[in-house]
Amino acid sequence: MSNNAIGLFLEATVRTATPLAYAALGELVVERSGVLNIGLEGIIIAGAFGALVGAGAGGATAGFVAAVCAGMIIASIFAFFVVTLKSDQIISGTAISMFGLGVTGVLYKILYGTTGAALHTPTVGPLVIPFLGDLPWVGGALFAQPVVTYALYPLVVAVWCFLNRSAAGLALRAVGERPEAARAAGISPSRVQWISILFGGAMGGLCGGTLVIAQAGTFAEGISAGRGVIAIAIVVLGRWTAVGVAGAALLFGAASALQYLAQAKGWPLPYQFSLALPYVLTLVALAGLRGRVAAPAALARSDAESI
Amino acid sequence: MTTPRWLTRVGVPAAVTVVVITTLLLVVLLGGFDLSRALRALWSGSIGSSYAFFSETLVRASPLILLGLSVALAFRAGIFNIGAEGQLLAGATAAVAVGLGFSQLPSALLVPAELLAAGIGGAFFAFIAAVLKRRFGVLEVISTLMLNFVARYAVSYLVRGPLQEPSHAYPQSGALPPAARLPTIISGQQTHLGLLIALIFAGALWWYLRSTAVGFRVRVIGAGPIAAASSGRIDVPQVIFGVFLVSGAIAGLAGGIQATGVTYALYEDISPGLGYSAIAVALLARLHPLAVVIAALFFGALEAGAAAMQRDASVPAVFVAVVEALVILGVLAIGRVRTQIAVGRLTAEPAE
Repeated sequence: MSNNAIGLFLEATVRTATPLAYAALGELVVERSGVLNIGLEGIIIAGAFGALVGAGAGGATAGFVAAVCAGMIIASIFAFFVVTLKSDQIISGTAISMFGLGVTGVLYKILYGTTGAALHTPTVGPLVIPFLGDLPWVGGALFAQPVVTYALYPLVVAVWCFLNRSAAGLALRAVGERPEAARAAGISPSRVQWISILFGGAMGGLCGGTLVIAQAGTFAEGISAGRGVIAIAIVVLGRWTAVGVAGAALLFGAASALQYLAQAKGWPLPYQFSLALPYVLTLVALAGLRGRVAAPAALARSDAESI
Repeated sequence: MTTPRWLTRVGVPAAVTVVVITTLLLVVLLGGFDLSRALRALWSGSIGSSYAFFSETLVRASPLILLGLSVALAFRAGIFNIGAEGQLLAGATAAVAVGLGFSQLPSALLVPAELLAAGIGGAFFAFIAAVLKRRFGVLEVISTLMLNFVARYAVSYLVRGPLQEPSHAYPQSGALPPAARLPTIISGQQTHLGLLIALIFAGALWWYLRSTAVGFRVRVIGAGPIAAASSGRIDVPQVIFGVFLVSGAIAGLAGGIQATGVTYALYEDISPGLGYSAIAVALLARLHPLAVVIAALFFGALEAGAAAMQRDASVPAVFVAVVEALVILGVLAIGRVRTQIAVGRLTAEPAE
């Protein structure tokens, strides 16, 4: 096996996994607080659009800030419905996805013309870390990536520490498992869920920002391309833990990157197979996880507070 | 939260009208489009002429009726089938495969065979999610969402592979021969037999839910699965399994009439998110089969008008998605549906 093809495959794996990991880490925190946000797709595309506007106006950093803000705005609509109004999470989430896709589509056409001509935003290129970046095979994958990828390494650790080693994380998990008990202990489930959904919105926004600023360098309608759904799958496959989520994101990145490896090796693998693989993997994994799933007990329960 | 009945009767249509007008005005004013031209296009493109009504609005409403029924039936039983999109694609694929594969058959045999295949295709896709739910306790929300994407990529592969048209130039299937197409039912118009089929299904489903023993069980389960199970007279998992398949079959049929009545071929974007619009249709109809027809007509007209607005006044047609999302959120806020569905959540546990 040529080192080159494998190196490129691993590099593509981490590159594809980066935006997924952001969205999934955010969704992990949201789900641990008992909320299933299937509106993530709408948040990601809003983040991508925010990145386009922000980066066009003030460069890459402004783009990331705008992406986070856009994600949080959409997330706050979702939070208002599911936490404040206690609307059904699944239906609200579906509406939020449609809303995000629709609003960005309309604004894109209004702001940048109906032709949909490709716009180029400022981008952040890979930052090669000396020595480590030259390591065989994994050098390019782990140490020659854009800054957003490096920011993920401590973020995974931070989310893990927060969930498992902090009082706030314990409170959040309590809300996701036993909202009644949490309430009895003086925790406000609404407050916790609002904050976690906003965090999830920020991370979903970063996912979209990464797609535009660190990868595509442009925006297109539908650029989120199902990543919100994949991120939800990653959380399931990662068994609702930060480390598991990071691993599952890499696995899904690898599944998508398979098409590059197949091309390089001349394998007769249709690219759609590689694109569909994450979804199929999730279905198989869900079936296999039976009885051993560590889903938060109160996940997707709209009536968590009224009990 | 209970809302008085009269308030929802009056409030929902009023709220929807406000949502449509506000969204449209916002889009037109923000974008600096020509308002009077946009409104004229909205009118003339949807119900302003007999062609617009019969060949645009009704044609767009036909699959929406079936999809809305599919979603309404599932939600009624507390099943979160958000896989209508994937089931539709499976149905369209099956119909086109049969239509091309048996094209020498006479139309009277071929068209029913295509539609039957479409129903089976949709039911098969729902079957995967139903089995995962029943045997493995997998939340159908997640499985149907995943299956939508599996279906999409499967179609993408098929129209570039086994089902690609003979010249291999375009990512689409060969065109269905005339004998494999749904007949039109109004001369000079595009309205096809699929509309009648959809209306029959709406009536049948309404009668079925209202007047049959199985329909009664479905309603009981939707109202409270635990109560239904503890009555000892209802095999809840069995009923849910059956309803799931029927819901998938109806969505598949929608794909079938779309492929054999409108597009005459299979391609990747055969459904511009119809399966998601269906959720707006079903909720606006508050899960009532006959009201689904009205809601579907409304969204069909809106889509037709939006297409005309994009053509004549450059107003981006995607604003319909915003309206659909706002309608769903509006219905949720009004809150009647919540009480019907929230209980369905409890069935998310392994159903055994």
